[in-house]
Amino acid sequence: MGNVKLLSGNEAIAAGAYRAGCAVAAAYPGTPSTEILENIAKFGGRIDCEWSVNEKVAMEVAVGASIAGVRSLAAMKHVGLNVAMDPLMTYTYIGTNGGLVVVSADDPGMHSSQNEQDNRVLVKFARAVQLEPSDSQEAYDMTRAAFDISERTGAIVFLRMTTRTSHSSSLVDLGEDYEYGDAGSRGYVKDITRYVSVPANARAMRFRAEERSKALLAESEASEFNREFIAEGSEIGIVTSAVAYEYAAEVFPDCSILKLGFTNPLPEKRVRKFASRVKRLYVVEELDHVLRDAIECAGVKTDRFKTELSMMELNPDRLRELRREIMGDGSAAPAPKRSLPDFVPQLPTRPPVLCAGCSHRGVFYILSKLGATVSGDIGCYTLGCVPPLSAMDTTICMGASIGAAFGMAKAGFRGRLAAVIGDSTFFHSGMTGLLDVVYNKGGITVVVLDNRITGMTGHQDNPGSGRTLLGEPTVKTSIAEVARALGVRRVREVSAYDIPALETALKEELDVTDEPSVVVVFGSCVLASKRNVGAIPDSVDSAACKACGACFKLGCPAIVRGEKVGERFKASIDPAACIGCGVCSQVCRFGAIRSGKTAGNLA
Amino acid sequence: MKDTVNVTLVGVGGQGILLTSEILGRAAALAGFDVKKSEVHGMSQRGGSVTSQVRFGRHVYSPVIPFGETDVLVAFEKLEAVRCFALLSPGGKALVDVREIVPVTVSSGQQVPVADQDGVLARLYEGRAVYTDSCAVARKLGNMRTSNMVIAGALSMMLDIPGECWVDAIKARLPEKIRDINIRAFEEGSAGLSETSV
Repeated sequence: MGNVKLLSGNEAIAAGAYRAGCAVAAAYPGTPSTEILENIAKFGGRIDCEWSVNEKVAMEVAVGASIAGVRSLAAMKHVGLNVAMDPLMTYTYIGTNGGLVVVSADDPGMHSSQNEQDNRVLVKFARAVQLEPSDSQEAYDMTRAAFDISERTGAIVFLRMTTRTSHSSSLVDLGEDYEYGDAGSRGYVKDITRYVSVPANARAMRFRAEERSKALLAESEASEFNREFIAEGSEIGIVTSAVAYEYAAEVFPDCSILKLGFTNPLPEKRVRKFASRVKRLYVVEELDHVLRDAIECAGVKTDRFKTELSMMELNPDRLRELRREIMGDGSAAPAPKRSLPDFVPQLPTRPPVLCAGCSHRGVFYILSKLGATVSGDIGCYTLGCVPPLSAMDTTICMGASIGAAFGMAKAGFRGRLAAVIGDSTFFHSGMTGLLDVVYNKGGITVVVLDNRITGMTGHQDNPGSGRTLLGEPTVKTSIAEVARALGVRRVREVSAYDIPALETALKEELDVTDEPSVVVVFGSCVLASKRNVGAIPDSVDSAACKACGACFKLGCPAIVRGEKVGERFKASIDPAACIGCGVCSQVCRFGAIRSGKTAGNLA
Repeated sequence: MKDTVNVTLVGVGGQGILLTSEILGRAAALAGFDVKKSEVHGMSQRGGSVTSQVRFGRHVYSPVIPFGETDVLVAFEKLEAVRCFALLSPGGKALVDVREIVPVTVSSGQQVPVADQDGVLARLYEGRAVYTDSCAVARKLGNMRTSNMVIAGALSMMLDIPGECWVDAIKARLPEKIRDINIRAFEEGSAGLSETSV
């Protein structure tokens, strides 16, 4: 049956980019978009690909490649697009040379994000084309088409993914002719009026962008990605897009459906024609009312419903609730009970935690002990907020820890104040914040948790890891040297596993408030460095253990309750989970914990 | 057979759940079914609960299984089996591995464990579950990391997907070095189903 594979949406985008002859791809890792570039890298360098230091740079690299005449792609999670908006908003005026495709992966329901912003709003704002795949086959087909549309019209084309379309797998027919579709280069010709966005040129660009919008409308009206499924005799019509279409097709098989794949600009005539065939018209979309508002702006009246669909992920159950409301029929049975029978007691939760032996644990333990207020950042280490460590006060967005801590200090905050940020996040957008602190004579302490990897998204390389996306060796940027170059005089490097040294360093630097300081805490990621494999675990001498509970405050999953002593418990170490990092043995005041040995070097 | 068969796999990060669901998805595709598989990555890698859903049939629309419509629930861990019971459809069946992974909330003393977890489990799934002890089989084979293929083998006995499709899927997915041992684990799992009780 042809060349059919079970692919995730992200794998399908990579395959589509390959087939379309994409020449340059750039991204900063971010769930749920990360696997796009990881899979592009599997084409062994056929597509020049990179982990950029942040999404703005990724966008700029893709824009530059487009200007030079080749097909390029930038991928990012939804909040990453906030960072990349600046180049986007002007390149949309300039218009593409080589096709430029941007993948924006939203995270409805916030599985792994700090907000659930609906980036369809931003795509409209940027006057870009938007294609919304509903499954992996469409992700593949639309990626291929996206490059063609971009080159035909000069528009930037967005593939708007969500966690569900990025991380669901379905069958994709890659076609018998699946191979790299070398699209060559359209070449670069110097044209100052076209590419230099000084005001005089930008005004002309502005008008050209509006002209382009008209051409895009024609593309949208003719697009094969917009399809009608007419249920004869049905009075109800549903306009939908993306994965919401799959839910609607399952829950409303007896209603007419207009499935929009090309959603910006809206194919107004298609919508109007569809609306004329039905008596009631409902818009079913995930998150904001973007589609509904566009349809109503086009002068088509839609029917409203009470069922709340505009927050969190959709699913078939929520659409059944809608069905019960608008069709009032019994064909959708009432929702099944979500609760367990009464004889089942309250179940303990299983939240994500810092790994056993994680290099971030000691820092948070000490910050907690020192009573520091912690301005946190985005990464695995955000889990430092979880009890019993509870050592994080704020988390906003990538890189915000430093600026926000500085702002708190300016507001007159008294007490120990630390900004805590990971290595990848520091390179992403922490460096500028630190420069601001130095320049404006701040006195905060910045703690950089340097585990030499981008951990939370699944171990991607970054400027500190010494390897590129293709695994080639490269410059290993030192965070301490960057800090010194930015003008920080108090810079210290401490091992994450030397608890006394770490405590001394943090205490001293936190208590200096008349100049900025940087403490680089180094210790490689346990998972990425596989130090958990073949380790000799730490162990507790039960006779020496006084059941004081100090080691429990580390919140290490390997330290478990042992023998009960009165109301308290002695500690015990699960040898299957422990990697022998020895942090707990340094925390124990009674010498009851014998330090094991990790496999490989701790730093 | 139903139009669409819904399989939900639950457990704890690191148990090989995502690989198992991928093998299942590929096997179903090789058997000629339309397939959709859905899971959420990200924070779940850090020791949290993991869920993966696989649907196969003539044509599958939603990648997400409606609540309470799971035909076969595969629990890689006992507490997760208890937690996810309500996902099962009224006529659904479960495959429960007797592995127990204590959540950090319990081992650290912040929350209390389930008193008589085995009793609760047995009562919940009375007559609807079969049990495996995948770790015992994997230990016998000398490679603990094959425990998920033991579970896959047992699961293969509960679904209308020919065994050779499973084996082909494992062959296509796993590197040569670990292929044979995983196929053996799969075969042990399919032969040994129903020998274990909770």
